[in-house]
Amino acid sequence: MSETSKIVDDLVAELTPVRCLAPPALRATLWLAGAAVLGTAIALTIGHPAALGQRLASPAFAVEISATLLTGIAAVFAAFFLSVPDRPRLWALLPIVPLVVWLASSGSQCWHNLMVFGPSGASKDADHACLVFIVAVGVPLTLSLLIVLRRAAPLEPVQTALLAALGAGALGAFILQFFHPFDVTFLDLGFHLAGVGLLLVIAALLASFHTRIGRSP
Amino acid sequence: MPAEPQRLGTEALADDAAPTGFAGSRAEDFPRLMVQVQAGDTSAYRYLLAAVLPLLRSLARRGLWRPEDAEDAVQEILLTLHRVRHTYDPDRPFLPWLFAIARRRIIDRQRQAGRSHRRETEFTAEHETFLSVATNSSAMEFDLGALQDAINALTPAERRALELLKLKELSLKEAAAISGMSVASLKVAAHRAVKRLRALLGPQGGAP
Repeated sequence: MSETSKIVDDLVAELTPVRCLAPPALRATLWLAGAAVLGTAIALTIGHPAALGQRLASPAFAVEISATLLTGIAAVFAAFFLSVPDRPRLWALLPIVPLVVWLASSGSQCWHNLMVFGPSGASKDADHACLVFIVAVGVPLTLSLLIVLRRAAPLEPVQTALLAALGAGALGAFILQFFHPFDVTFLDLGFHLAGVGLLLVIAALLASFHTRIGRSP
Repeated sequence: MPAEPQRLGTEALADDAAPTGFAGSRAEDFPRLMVQVQAGDTSAYRYLLAAVLPLLRSLARRGLWRPEDAEDAVQEILLTLHRVRHTYDPDRPFLPWLFAIARRRIIDRQRQAGRSHRRETEFTAEHETFLSVATNSSAMEFDLGALQDAINALTPAERRALELLKLKELSLKEAAAISGMSVASLKVAAHRAVKRLRALLGPQGGAP
């Protein structure tokens, strides 16, 4: 008997009933609903929703915060779609447009502040708390996403993990706006990006380690 | 195909047992079979694997040059299919799902094969020969008459020592016990025998 026939026999002998995985769109929606509940709870208990309401009157800020949220949602959806074998890999491009809008609107606000307040405006109220916040919110979000995605079969684990981290980081940056009663400065933007970048590095390392020890499909 | 898949033996897995043109006539049955597989139906599973195996083989052989690499890829695809069978959505076609897994595993195998081919060089018949012409002549070409003459030229004691120590590979003690010769005289006899054979058969001797 050839080795392949033996493998077929072994697989048939090992067959156990499995529960079919729900469609990726449904799984992504459920995960986002969970994250929304958590985010709302954090924002309402320790955030400044009133300050955020005032800032939303500015169209530039409204665009920025919507783009942040959309980046997070799009990246989470893309990660879920990439985690099943037969969905087009093009889903990975979904978060690109909101991401570009987010970075551009954030950057233009920084530029505006720099022009209005001068160089002193660039460092106004900036501290590393933003970075800590994004990482503190983003790490648990990323980990929970990676655990949920592992249930599926990401054939490209690193790419999927990067999308998950981008989603978690963007959602972290969105929730951060409830605690951020001022416009984003250059230094802030740097810290926000550093926070998301750190999440991406952590996720990529986790995914490649996972692949190297042969645990991914 | 029958409404209830029959249990097929491993003989159904051979290439020639694969029904021809089933991609058209049977592909639409795969989702239903896969639902049965997800429910734990082993006969449906055996039937499905037997049906997709030739497809996977032809896909792997198109992507991998060496047949053993292609077969390794097929085995890895089967193992992955088994591990991720819960990710198949019965509302969607089966073959794109399977081929996405297959393509991934074939690419992995191509990378592995590329890496090992860069590091390793396979032996060919030329690598297994030596530079000296004499070492490459086969045993049949060896002059058996010359060897017989050389052995006949040895004394009986030398011949006995050679037989026990070199052909039967006994230790000096065992050879001494069998032949009744002392260890010292066995050593001397074997040494002389080898020396004389070398003189008779070596490059200076009669044979090449």
